[in-house]
Amino acid sequence: MKYMLIHCVDESAELSPDDDGREHGSAERSLAAWIEEMEGRGVLVHGDRLQPVAAAMTVRVRGSEVLIADGPFAETKEQVAGYDVIECADLDEAIEVASGHPTARIGTVEVRPLWQP
Amino acid sequence: MTGDWDLAEECAQDAFAQALKSWPRDGVPRRPGAWLTTVARNRATDRLRRGAAETAKLKEAAVLSPAEDPVTGDGGRDDSGIPDDRLRLMFTCCHPALPLEARVALTLRTLAGLTTAEIARAFLIPEPTMAKRLARAKHKIRDAGIPYRVPPAHLLPERTAGVLAVLYLLFNEGYAATAGSDIIRQGLCAEAIRLARVLARLMSDEPEALGLLALMLFHDSRRAGRTDDAGDLVTLEDQDRAGWDRRQIGEGTGLLEAALRRGRPGAYQLQAAIAACHATAPDAAATNWARIARLYRQLAELAPSPVVELNRAVAVAMADGPAAGLELLEALEASGALAGYHLLPATRADLLRRLGRPGEAAASYRQAVRLAPTDAERRYLHRRLAETGHA
Repeated sequence: MKYMLIHCVDESAELSPDDDGREHGSAERSLAAWIEEMEGRGVLVHGDRLQPVAAAMTVRVRGSEVLIADGPFAETKEQVAGYDVIECADLDEAIEVASGHPTARIGTVEVRPLWQP
Repeated sequence: MTGDWDLAEECAQDAFAQALKSWPRDGVPRRPGAWLTTVARNRATDRLRRGAAETAKLKEAAVLSPAEDPVTGDGGRDDSGIPDDRLRLMFTCCHPALPLEARVALTLRTLAGLTTAEIARAFLIPEPTMAKRLARAKHKIRDAGIPYRVPPAHLLPERTAGVLAVLYLLFNEGYAATAGSDIIRQGLCAEAIRLARVLARLMSDEPEALGLLALMLFHDSRRAGRTDDAGDLVTLEDQDRAGWDRRQIGEGTGLLEAALRRGRPGAYQLQAAIAACHATAPDAAATNWARIARLYRQLAELAPSPVVELNRAVAVAMADGPAAGLELLEALEASGALAGYHLLPATRADLLRRLGRPGEAAASYRQAVRLAPTDAERRYLHRRLAETGHA
C-alpha cells in the first residue's frame, strides 16, 4: 500500500540546536540515514524537501478569476517542509517508517494512504 | 493482511455468537452511581520491568488472600473450539489510528455483538450518527491498511495498553450511568467485564489484563450499595458492605494475586490493589488508608496525573489527618491542573469541614455544586452544604 508522509515542522525550530545541544547538522545526518535505510528496504518510492514557506503562494480559481496570494494555504505554527511517498505492507509498517524520520522528532508527520480507485 | 474487513468480521461474529449463546448472562444490572474518587485513565502507560523487590513491596502494600485459580472466567469453559479471532479483532478495533470513540463503538459492535441501535443508546447519541461512526471506522481500517492481526512483540506492550484503556473507558461509561438510564447503558459494565475476561483468558501472561479485570470486579462489587432508594449517592464510608458482592471480590482478589506473581507491576494492578484495600476492609473504619496512600504514591510514580494526586491527597488526609491532605491539595490547586473539576473543591470542602472550618467549607461546597456534572452529585453536595450550617 502506498502512503504519503507529509512532514510538518515549525520552521523556526528547525534552525535552532536540538534540546540536548546537538547541532543542526545532526538532523541532516539523520535524514540521510533514513533515506538510505528506506531505499535499502525498498519502501521509499520518492520524496523531496520543500523550500521554506516564504517561497510559497496559493492559487485559487473562482469563476473566471485566478486569485493568487502570498504564503502557505494555512497559517499554522507547523508548516509542510517536505514529503515522501512510501510503499509498505500495512499501516503499522508505515507508522514505523514515519517514526524513524527526523521530522517525527521535531515536528509532526502526517501519514495518509494514496487514493485507490 | 488487510483485506475485506466485513468478511473477517462475519466469521468472527459467527464464532462469537456461538460463544455468547452459551455464556451465562449476568442478571439485570442494579442501579449504579457513586461518589468515589477513582482514577479514570485513557492513555497507554509504559510497562515497567521491576525486580522482585518491587513485587514484594506491592504485595506488602496490597491486601491479599490465598489465591485459587485466578482466571475463573465463564465457569471454566473450554474455548479451544473458538478461533482466536477475538484477540485479532480486539487489537484491530483498538488500533491507535482510529479515533477513540470509534474504537469503543467498534469493540462493542464486533466483540460484544451489540447492534448499532444498542450502542447508540448506550452512548446517548442518535443511531444514524453511530452508524456513520462505525462505517467510517471500518472504511478507515480498509483504506488506511490497518492490519487485522495481533501486533508483533515489539508493538504488543503499547497496543495492549490501548486495548485495556478502551475496555476501561467502556466500564467507566457504564459505571457513570445513572439509575434512570437506559438498561443498555447500565449493562456496559457487564459488557466491559465480559470482554476483559476474554482478554485475561487469551493474554493470561499479561498481568495488566488480569489487573484490569480485578479492578472492574472490585468496582462492580459495590453496585448494590452505591445509591440509596432515592437514587442518591452513598459515600464509600456509609455504604452497607453486606451488600457488596463477595464472589466478585473473591475473584478480583485471586486475579490480583495472580497478576502480582508475574512480577511486572502496572497501573491497573496498582489501582486494583487500592480497590482491594476497600473491598476487603470489613468496615470503613478498618480501611488501611496508609497502605492506600502508599499505593497512590507508587501509582503517581508510574503514571503521574493530577487525578492520581487528588486521590493521594484524600488517602493522606485519611491516614495522617485532614491538614496533611489539605497541604497536598493546595499544591495541586496551585498547579491549576484540575481547574473546573468538581471533585477538587468537593475534596477541599470535605477537608475544611473536618478541620472545623465550616464557613470555608461552605464556600468550597458551593463551588463544587456549580461544577458538578450530575443531579445525584449536586444533591449530595447540597446536603453537605446544608450540614455546614452556612448555606
